[in-house]
This record gives sequence, structure tokens and C-alpha cells, in this order.
Amino acid sequence: MAAMVEKKGVGRWLTHGALIIGICIICFPIYVAFIASTVTQADLISPPMPLVPGGHFIDNYREALLSGMSAPVWRMLLNSLIMALGITIGKIAISIISAYAIVYFRFPLKNLAFWLIFLTLMLPVEVRIVPTYEVVAGLGLLNSYSGLILPLIASATATFLFRQLFLTIPDELVEAARIDGAGPMRFFVDVLLPMSRTNIAALFVILFIYGWNQYLWPLLITTDPSMNTIVMGLKQMLPSGDQTVEWPVIMATALLAMVPPVAVVLFMQKLFVKGLVESEK
Amino acid sequence: MEKRVTFNNRWLPYLLIAPQIFITVVFFFWPAGQAIYQSVFIPDPFGLKNQFVGFDNFIFLFSDQYYRSSFITTAVFSTLVTAISMSLSLWLAVLADRVIKGADAYRTLLIWPYAVAPAIAGVLWLFLFNPSIGILPWYLAHMGYHWNHTLNGGEAMSLVVIASAWKQISYNFLFFLAGLQSIPPSIIEAAALDGASFWKRFWTIVFPLLSPTTFFLLVMNLVYAFFETFGVIHTITAGGPQQSTTILVYKVFADGFVGQDLGSSAAQSVILLLVVGVLTVIQFRFIERRVHY
Repeated sequence: MAAMVEKKGVGRWLTHGALIIGICIICFPIYVAFIASTVTQADLISPPMPLVPGGHFIDNYREALLSGMSAPVWRMLLNSLIMALGITIGKIAISIISAYAIVYFRFPLKNLAFWLIFLTLMLPVEVRIVPTYEVVAGLGLLNSYSGLILPLIASATATFLFRQLFLTIPDELVEAARIDGAGPMRFFVDVLLPMSRTNIAALFVILFIYGWNQYLWPLLITTDPSMNTIVMGLKQMLPSGDQTVEWPVIMATALLAMVPPVAVVLFMQKLFVKGLVESEK
Repeated sequence: MEKRVTFNNRWLPYLLIAPQIFITVVFFFWPAGQAIYQSVFIPDPFGLKNQFVGFDNFIFLFSDQYYRSSFITTAVFSTLVTAISMSLSLWLAVLADRVIKGADAYRTLLIWPYAVAPAIAGVLWLFLFNPSIGILPWYLAHMGYHWNHTLNGGEAMSLVVIASAWKQISYNFLFFLAGLQSIPPSIIEAAALDGASFWKRFWTIVFPLLSPTTFFLLVMNLVYAFFETFGVIHTITAGGPQQSTTILVYKVFADGFVGQDLGSSAAQSVILLLVVGVLTVIQFRFIERRVHY
């Protein structure tokens, strides 16, 4: 807003003060988790827990990464990475070519195809969870990367986004390409792909976070601990009933699980904001 | 919806669209069809054959007190999450919009919870409020309040609401901030010159101009609270105590996978499909309006 309307003196300090308080409250859970990941179990089970970092950072993270509980955390991080990249690349690839077909070609049954795709808009896997599980089990895809990835790349959002983008690209480019004798695939690779580069990157950031943070689906279809992803693996570490668990290791795992997506948001902030705003339009 | 100039090719468009159609049919329409099919059958006790029962599963579902109360739980939960998250984010966005120095730093510090998975948000808040070792129950106990969300339904609901709203603040903040920044400064300046106070300007100018953003966020937050908070509920309360935090999406899972009641779970899936359909139509209407200005 304009500098003219900005309060001077006390008002300005109050604004900054209120923002800082808000940020402290929002960051508090992460701060506490970080502290808990640097102390020993003994420090935690006699409340109140300390609020300054302890000296067991390396021990706890080493234990989480190398041994974990049911599976070592490095293995779960690797599974999450494969799943997140698979979903991201798969979604972008199938939706950019289907958007290309819908915008640049005329063919029978096109409207039917269009509506089949767009009916899936906003339909989370949680809603149709039981039958989707049965389908994937029937196909023999339990405990496999294909089973983790394929059901989640069926979504219309990315297709919608690319369709909007292609509709803004001037027709003259197609005419020019045709006069130059370029075929449809040549036009796609040499003209459309380079023009979509920033949109692809922005979508990549959003979809990577979406893929990484999947929870219910991996929880159902990976019964083999070596196929667990980090977000669901963390839940498996939580105590059920009266059993005692190593809270410092759990908290170290929680922080490791959020580092990749948070890093993506922070380091690619511009692309992230662009992707978020555009994919919701 | 298509270009004036198009390519002519008999088989290429089908080839291009085939992967998406294939995935959609196999993992969306087939399961959705199964859900509809199963919702009108009851498997016999030995699982050998299905008996057609028409709408019995739905009638049974709506006569089930737990299912009806799950609707109320969902309504309470999503209203609270939406209201708390949106009002806090609007407040933060208005503040961030007022500062000039350090605005980027504030934004950076406020947007990262977006990247935290709902299930991880659940674990973080569960740890903070753990009745035996959590730091907040310890302070509450010193103030004379004994927190135990594993026994008290109201406390369980508060905790899942807090964790879910916390995770959604960044999302709302980003959209509110973008909305505020698109309001022309000259309008605000004119009102300020006329002597309108900050609050007067906010309620008479800023808030009405923000209404498209607010409406969009309202729909998105409801969708989030209905469907994407599964991880929060599953990690913190598992729907308990006494189903006090069993929202509809959680119940589909609990009845289908834990209770193995497939007919009921399928009927619930069909009902949720209808809810999603309605929300999608609302959203679509809104998208059309926004695109055409």
C-alpha cells in the first residue's frame, strides 16, 4: 500500500510487533520439535521439556537416518523422493500432451474426452479410497512404485492449466509453423514447450509438494516397511497404547520429512507463488 | 475452447490424449463405478455373492446415529478450521501489506507451513499437547486445567482444529496478500485524505474489494477441511474419543478398512462424490466469473 497511508512512529512499530508475534506463534511447533530432536528421551519424559537446544543433535539424526524404527529413514526419504518425482513428472507429461490435443486438434469424441478428464477436477483419492485400493490390488500393484504413483497422476488441474496457457498463445505461430512445413510434433517441441517453460517449473514446485506430502494412499498400499514413505512412516513410529517410544528420534524424523518440501518453497519462492496462484485459477 | 487454426491428423490427437484417458478411466471411473455398484449391494456373510438391496445401504446409513453425528462433526470442524484460519491470515495479510521494509522477509516466514504435510502437522501438535510429556499441558496444569484430548472430545476437536487451521494459514495469507496488493493505492489514499480512519477504510473499501478472494478461499478452505485433513485426524485422534472427531472422510476409511463394512463405505463414497460434485460446480461458476471479469 502507499507510503502515504502508512502510519509513522508508534503505529509502525505496533504493526511490526504484531507481525513478529504472529510469526513466533506460527513457528512455535517447529521450534519445539527442533529442540526435542536435540535432547535425550530422559529430558523429555520429565516435563517441562527444555526450551534450548541440547547436545544430541548428531546422535538423534544419525539414529533416525540409519536405523529408524521399522525402516531406516534414509530409505523412506528415498521412497518419498521417487514417489514425489514420479507423480510430478507423470502429471506434467500426461497433462501437457492431452492439453495440446484438446487445444490444437479437432477430432471426433473430443468433447467426451474433455469431460472425462474434467470430471476428475478436485476429486481427492480419499473419497474413493476403498474401490481404488481394490483396483490397484487387483492389478497387483501393492508395494510397488507404480502403485504409489499411477493412481495419483489422474487429475485435471494440470491439464486445465496448460489448456489456459495454450489458449493465450497467438494463432500466428501455428500458421507460421505450417508455412515453414513444421508438423504438429515439431511445433510442440520447438514452440510450445519452450513457451511453457516457466509454467512447467511453477507446476513442478506445487506438484512436488503435493506428491511428497501424500499420506493415506501410501499408508494403505505399502505394507512392506522398505516401501514406506517418510510422511506415513512417521505415523508408524508413534506410540500405540502404552508402549514407550524414542521421542527425540521421532522429532528428528519429522524435521527430516519436512526439509525437502519446505526447502523447495523457500528457495523457489517466486515459482511457488506463481504455481499456487495459477493452478487454483 | 479450441484454436481457429488447428492441425490435421487422424491418429495423433488420440495418441496424445490416450495416457490421461487411460489413467482417468482405470483409477477414477472404474473405482467410482465400483463404489456406486457396491453401494446398492450387501455381500453375504461368507463373501460368496452379493445381494442387490437397492437404496437399503443409504437408508441404513442415514438411520445410523453415528453417521448423522459425523455430518455434524464435519460441519463443526470445517466451519471452525475455515473461520479461524481465514481470519488469522487476513489479519496477518493486512499487517504485512502495511509494512514496506521487511515485507519479503515476513512473507517468507509465513508461507513455509504450506509445505508441511497435514500428517506431520498432526504429529507436531500432538507432541506439543501430549497429555503426559507435552509442554502445553504442563503449563495448563500449572494454571489448574488438566488437558487430556484422548479422553475429552471437546479438547480432541480443539486440537485437530488448531493443527488443521495452522497448516492452512500460509495458503490463505498468500491469496489475501495478493488480493490486498491488487487494490489501487489511489482509492485508499483518497479515503485517507477524506479523513477515513484505518478501520473505516478497511470495512468500507478494502473488505468489499477483497470479496472475490474471500469467496474463493471460502470454497478452497471447505474443500481442504472436508478432504485434506485426513492426515491430521488420523495422527492425532484416529477419530476418537467416542467418534468425536470422526469427519466424513475419516469414516469412509474407518468403516471400509477397519470395520470392513464395504456396502456402507461405498454408500458413503457415493455421498462424498455428490458433495465434491456440488463444490466443483460452485468452483467452476466462480472460475468462469473470474476469467471473464
